[in-house]
Amino acid sequence: MAWWRRSEYARTVVFVLLLTVGAWELAVRMFGIRTFLLPPPSLVAMEILNNPGFYAFQSLYTIYITAIGFALAVIFGIGLAIAIVSSKFLDRTLYTLLIASNSVPKVALAPIFVIWLGTGGEPKVAIAALIAVFPIVINTTLGMRAVDPDMIDLARSARAPNHDVMLKIRLPNALPSIFAGAKVGISFALIGAIVGEFVAGERGLGYVILTSQATFNSPRAFAAIVLLSVIGTIMFFAVELCERWFLPWHVSQRNARAAL
Amino acid sequence: MQTGPEPMQHERSAPPTPYVSVSAVSKSYDSGKNAALVLDDITLDIAPGEFVAIVGPSGCGKSTLLKCIAGLQPVSAGRIMVKDELVLAPPDNMAIVFQRDVLLDWRTVLDNVLLMVEFRGLKRKDFVARAIQLLTTYGLGDYVNRYPWELSGGMRQRAAICRALIVDPELLLMDEPFGALDAMTRDDLNVELERLWFATRKTLLFITHGIDEAVYLADRVVVMARNPGRIAEIIDIDIPRPRSLSVRQTPEFGEYTTEIRRLFASLGVVKAE
Repeated sequence: MAWWRRSEYARTVVFVLLLTVGAWELAVRMFGIRTFLLPPPSLVAMEILNNPGFYAFQSLYTIYITAIGFALAVIFGIGLAIAIVSSKFLDRTLYTLLIASNSVPKVALAPIFVIWLGTGGEPKVAIAALIAVFPIVINTTLGMRAVDPDMIDLARSARAPNHDVMLKIRLPNALPSIFAGAKVGISFALIGAIVGEFVAGERGLGYVILTSQATFNSPRAFAAIVLLSVIGTIMFFAVELCERWFLPWHVSQRNARAAL
Repeated sequence: MQTGPEPMQHERSAPPTPYVSVSAVSKSYDSGKNAALVLDDITLDIAPGEFVAIVGPSGCGKSTLLKCIAGLQPVSAGRIMVKDELVLAPPDNMAIVFQRDVLLDWRTVLDNVLLMVEFRGLKRKDFVARAIQLLTTYGLGDYVNRYPWELSGGMRQRAAICRALIVDPELLLMDEPFGALDAMTRDDLNVELERLWFATRKTLLFITHGIDEAVYLADRVVVMARNPGRIAEIIDIDIPRPRSLSVRQTPEFGEYTTEIRRLFASLGVVKAE
């Protein structure tokens, strides 16, 4: 029965999407909205299908920037969290600083990164990594702290070395939180990549949107936006798929192997 | 149910060197101006191979005392010796079982048991056979490669006991290990623990708030009172071993539990009948 319910869920999603696109198409045609204001979905689809190579190239570039930025965010995020949890000093300094700077609108730093790193891929990766690292480091830190104190006492009673406590208890314990942070982080990384392309770029879907706007080529801008939402969705589900692989034990993943 | 052909008369004579020696220990938590006294002048010796149960109401500091003996918390005054060594850190040859099993969800039952081996920097492969044998003894032979969440509460606690026993500790500290289990499972585990202790003669300190459980299991029952946490009385339990659950119906068992209940009533812990 589970597959049927899941397929019903999929059918619902498809139905709602089709309904939205249909309403959009109908509205544009009925009210005679001009194309440069709001192109009909059929025109957006044609735009993509007529230039598959162009859109594939631009999409891949944005995916590439997002993926590298996200990977850096995961590596640095987990690394920083381990440092913060291991050291009282870093907890008081670094963690406090991170929490305080979390409220800084980080996209506003994008132009500064261009000054520092030039107009190539580096500033875009940097801005993507910077925004994505925050949810990851904060979630990971919380997850590593949320260990049952009895578990820590158990490890201490066996005189477990600190790295064992970190690698065998705290880190696996934090994995659900790490993935929660990563799911937010992957969306943030995509935003970062696009902002980076807005600020200075000659490639990527963000760049496509910006240049289309200059020439009032709305179908092209909408084509890029549609592709971005598809990319964002796929990336999110890719992280969720990894979560399923990594966390077979977690409550949210437990299958029908019934407890006795 | 088991009854040995000739119940062994256990020795009561206190050996010259206790395995655990708690002398004049006090413990207070400093919380600003008002320091709370949790343990007040506790003195208690546990002989090698002795089974001591501490029974007391919640808040009497019995768990704190266990953690101090385990070297997990410092004492404020007095001193604790384990095997003639001052306890400043968790002593060697000691294992703990908590009320909650704290099994790691991402490890199989076998890997959870072997965790203690890894923590102690010993070689896993030297202990795999022993771990499987232990788990089999505790009725978990078919669950070696299962995950904790596939087990019932009683099975999980059995796995936690196996985890404590894997390195064959001389001193076993148990902090209300069966407190979260249903009455029938608790009876089973009481019988198993009594058998385990009888067979291995580990030095065992067992914390509980169950009077029946304490009398059934222990050689000596330490009755604690609260505010501040202190020892009210120590009662020798002279019931021959091995014990079966049916000893709980004997008059002598009833006398012990009545005595302890009366003691708690006089301490104001429970309302007098």
